Amino acid sequence: MKKSLSMLLAGLMLVGALAGCGGDTASTDSGDSSASGTAFKIGGTAPLTGDAAIYGNAVARGAQIAADEINAQGGIQIELKFEDDENNTEKAVNAYNNLKDWGMQLSLGSVTSKPCEAISTDINTDRIFALTPSASSVATTEGKDNVFQMCFADPNQGTASADYISEQKLGTKIAIIWKNDDVYSTGIHDKFVAEAKAKGLEIVSETTFTDASATDFSVQLNDAKSKGADLIFLPMYYTPASLILTQANSMGYAPKFFGVDGMDGILTVENFDTSLAEGVMLLTPFNADATDDKTVAFVEKYKEAYSEVPNQFAADAYDCIYAYAQALEAAGATPDMSNEELCDAMIEQFTSMTFNGLTGENMTWDSTGAVSKSPKGMVIENGAYVGM
Amino acid sequence: MNKLKKYAASRSGRDTLLSFGIVIVAFVVVQALVLTGGISSSMKGLLVPICAYIIMAVSLNLTVGILGELSLGHAGFMSVGAFSGIVVTTSLADTIPSGVVRLILAIIVGAICAAIAGVIVGVPVLRLKGDYLAIVTLAFGEIIKNIINVLYIGKDASGLHFSILEQKFTLDETGSMIINGPMGVSGVEKLSSFVSGFILILITLFIILNLINSRSGRAIMAVRDNKIAADSIGISTTHYKLMAFVISAAFAGMAGALYAMNYSTITAAKFDFNTSILILVFVVLGGLGNIWGSIIAATLLTLLPELLRAVNSYRMLIYAILLIAMMLFNNSSLKERLLEKRAMKQMEKLEKHDKEGA
Repeated sequence: MKKSLSMLLAGLMLVGALAGCGGDTASTDSGDSSASGTAFKIGGTAPLTGDAAIYGNAVARGAQIAADEINAQGGIQIELKFEDDENNTEKAVNAYNNLKDWGMQLSLGSVTSKPCEAISTDINTDRIFALTPSASSVATTEGKDNVFQMCFADPNQGTASADYISEQKLGTKIAIIWKNDDVYSTGIHDKFVAEAKAKGLEIVSETTFTDASATDFSVQLNDAKSKGADLIFLPMYYTPASLILTQANSMGYAPKFFGVDGMDGILTVENFDTSLAEGVMLLTPFNADATDDKTVAFVEKYKEAYSEVPNQFAADAYDCIYAYAQALEAAGATPDMSNEELCDAMIEQFTSMTFNGLTGENMTWDSTGAVSKSPKGMVIENGAYVGM
Repeated sequence: MNKLKKYAASRSGRDTLLSFGIVIVAFVVVQALVLTGGISSSMKGLLVPICAYIIMAVSLNLTVGILGELSLGHAGFMSVGAFSGIVVTTSLADTIPSGVVRLILAIIVGAICAAIAGVIVGVPVLRLKGDYLAIVTLAFGEIIKNIINVLYIGKDASGLHFSILEQKFTLDETGSMIINGPMGVSGVEKLSSFVSGFILILITLFIILNLINSRSGRAIMAVRDNKIAADSIGISTTHYKLMAFVISAAFAGMAGALYAMNYSTITAAKFDFNTSILILVFVVLGGLGNIWGSIIAATLLTLLPELLRAVNSYRMLIYAILLIAMMLFNNSSLKERLLEKRAMKQMEKLEKHDKEGA
């Protein structure tokens, strides 16, 4: 009796849940059908749930703001759709295929590196042009003529960081803590070490962590401390970085910290004492506190819609949509063009155009798909990013 | 004809026919849809992973359902097969241009490597029982993942280069990395196809179902049902345990090779504890020891998250609810009654046959 009751309850919940979502899907469906044929269909896969959801949602939101702005101007109309890939290569391919069924003409690739690598081969064979906001590994674009990046490729960040440190004489003995099961972190680390050697920087301590050990950094910090490192390079995302800062502080160890673009967002970590991040330096293409009109307007809109400060992922996605709009306009593309035609037109545009966006001025792309823009050195002062 | 009818009425015969029947009918229907273009690209993209997961579920069923030992590291064997298969296809790319031949070689090598891993793990581990065995297989899965995470394999004109922990070799200008440590493998040639997956399922079913219905299979089940009794009649329990475990590992290796060749990039992190549990869920929901149940469960549970994409964020919720509902159904009196009814009908059928025969 008890069992059949629980069965009944489970069944009821199911019906309820299905009914609850019914309304949602119906409304998006009607939106799709009314716009198709007159708007460019741009799709992307993003981790909207799971560990990397913070990046996926930032991209989806940033892109949405840009699409709404462009649609409001009249002219080019954009229809945007994101499918969840859970930061998983298998799910990313499924999500990509789903977008293809939807009729995607232009792709935003994927937010994270590995999923984007997985789908970029398909993107290449299907001849759909892709511009990824944040998948930074080299393998994403390698050998594919129609996959472009809005963010720096990982190696560029490593090299740029080493150059910056040696030029500004920020440290003499450098320690690196990196995540060796992560493409992003490993890619930056390898190039940093190579460039540091070439520039004569002394690396005294190299310690690693993985997903499973991303909660305790006392071993790594003690190693750096005992070897007298005066600067710690942190090529990682901000969540582990915030723990490193907290633990270094409780150890009474205060070297300089230097991060890369993944560090952007550290001031928004919940329960993190932002005073610990004072003096942390990072290279990032986007600064939410910048005072130029574009950034101010974007940050304001983002805050209003989602009540949080946008990070560089949101800004990269925003730029992606605007870059698409500029390229589509220049190419005189129309929404009834097939994805093959659009792909050829976009390759031609992106390799020849110059784009000004939130994350850089005078951006250009070479034929490999890598972007050229200059990273901005930032330092955290009084709880805000300040240009160095 | 009568013989076939009787075979179909017996339990093992019915299971065998049902398993092959489901797979062959599904293949014919789907292949017809693919050829006529009546299938969406998202469904098309799911075909090979479903094949790989079916083989994984069927092979794990051999360990969990037939041998009766809980294994939580099945994805470890899958990754051994996946990465050894990739090394084979990439290093033979110049010598053997035919993709099909390379895929077959990759699957065979994947199976052999996974079987070797199965022996290495099985010999010490199968002396343990129950929970202890489960914990050690869990640890094994993690160890494999971490080893592949620090493995660097590259290929150039002078051959293959290996190193552990960091890349200690330099490749000449024609060289390229095959496995690049934690970054895994990039730029894999996609050699797997639905047809190859289907053939591999048939081979798996043929071998595993025949094993189950053979003398060895009955010995394995005897070990599961009562180890002491099996020992007492002279069955070497270690031998049969190891046999089931290694065969199960070999098929997981095959599935791994098939799976890996379907994606252009693969990392060791994919084959983690969660994947092992996912496959265990297929087996448990399909029914322990029930091969066609595993096939259906693996297919349904792989399709489900994709079919639920339309409901966006509710996807995970509904998926979880359906899992709970299925588990409740598996234990409900409703199912028991259904099973009783079916058993009664079968008894009647058999009796009828016997009467006709007489």
